Amino acid sequence: MNEAATLDPTTGHETFATSTGLSNEKLGMWVFLSSECLLFGGLISTYLLLHKKSVGGPTPEEVFDIPFTSVSSFVLLMSSLTMVLAVSAITRGDESRSRLWLTTTVLLGAIFVGGQVYEFTSFYREGLGFTTNIFGSSFYTLTGFHGVHVTVGILMLLSLVGLSLRGQLGQDKAETVEIIGLYWHFVDVVWIIIFTVVYLTV
Amino acid sequence: MSTETLEHEQFLSEPDDTGEHGHASDALYVKVFIVLFLITAAEVATYVVDIGDFLLPSLMIMMVVKFALVVGFFMHLRFDSRLLTWVFVAGLFLAVVVYVVTLTTFSYWQA
Repeated sequence: MNEAATLDPTTGHETFATSTGLSNEKLGMWVFLSSECLLFGGLISTYLLLHKKSVGGPTPEEVFDIPFTSVSSFVLLMSSLTMVLAVSAITRGDESRSRLWLTTTVLLGAIFVGGQVYEFTSFYREGLGFTTNIFGSSFYTLTGFHGVHVTVGILMLLSLVGLSLRGQLGQDKAETVEIIGLYWHFVDVVWIIIFTVVYLTV
Repeated sequence: MSTETLEHEQFLSEPDDTGEHGHASDALYVKVFIVLFLITAAEVATYVVDIGDFLLPSLMIMMVVKFALVVGFFMHLRFDSRLLTWVFVAGLFLAVVVYVVTLTTFSYWQA
């Protein structure tokens, strides 16, 4: 954190020497996530408008493997728990436990991305390419953008693990972990919507 | 302190109503996760159990509850400054409005 934070005894919240009393970095991340709502809102609405307008197959019903995607969803959900436990641990000053939870989050995120790569590959083998039909184009664009976000999250988490291994991720960096955690949870929240809207309502 | 200043400060930093300050406990996070897990299991169950016309509304409700739980507890909005909630809700509201307007426009102009 760049600004000196003081603890407000009446509310228990940290107060920063900024015009809002909040950390600029944290506020900045929330503004960014707010703008991301528009990005994914646009992608999801595009998918909903177009996926049933394909002239030819394959259709969602033909390619989706709901049991497999359900397991991927559980994995990503679990990574949200490990992420919040990492934030909790570093806030308490427990660096080793925080590192353990961060590493677990990275592994769970990697499993999710691996699952998505497997899913894309199997869809392609079943004849659904990016330009095969309008369902394929909108599906790959939406879930591909989400996958890229997860991958970026993994890279940020790996940098935190690296800092932690070098002993540079102490309690004073708790806010940094929390801010990256916010990004990670947002990616999970977007998947909650995609899983329901794209996969389960087929 | 003037009333206006007091209201401004409450807007920026309203204390949560749980009695816990700043962050929740690990036990609470695990409880929230268990609820999320059970809701996801119920969502997946709708794939094998036919609930007819209730499918879409029930899926939407479960999705919104999961969304609120993650944002409220894991992202700490329930415990953080009210300003952060407004910043996020503003983007979310805009996204929903954009989607509804787009959907309506496509339906209206469709030949």
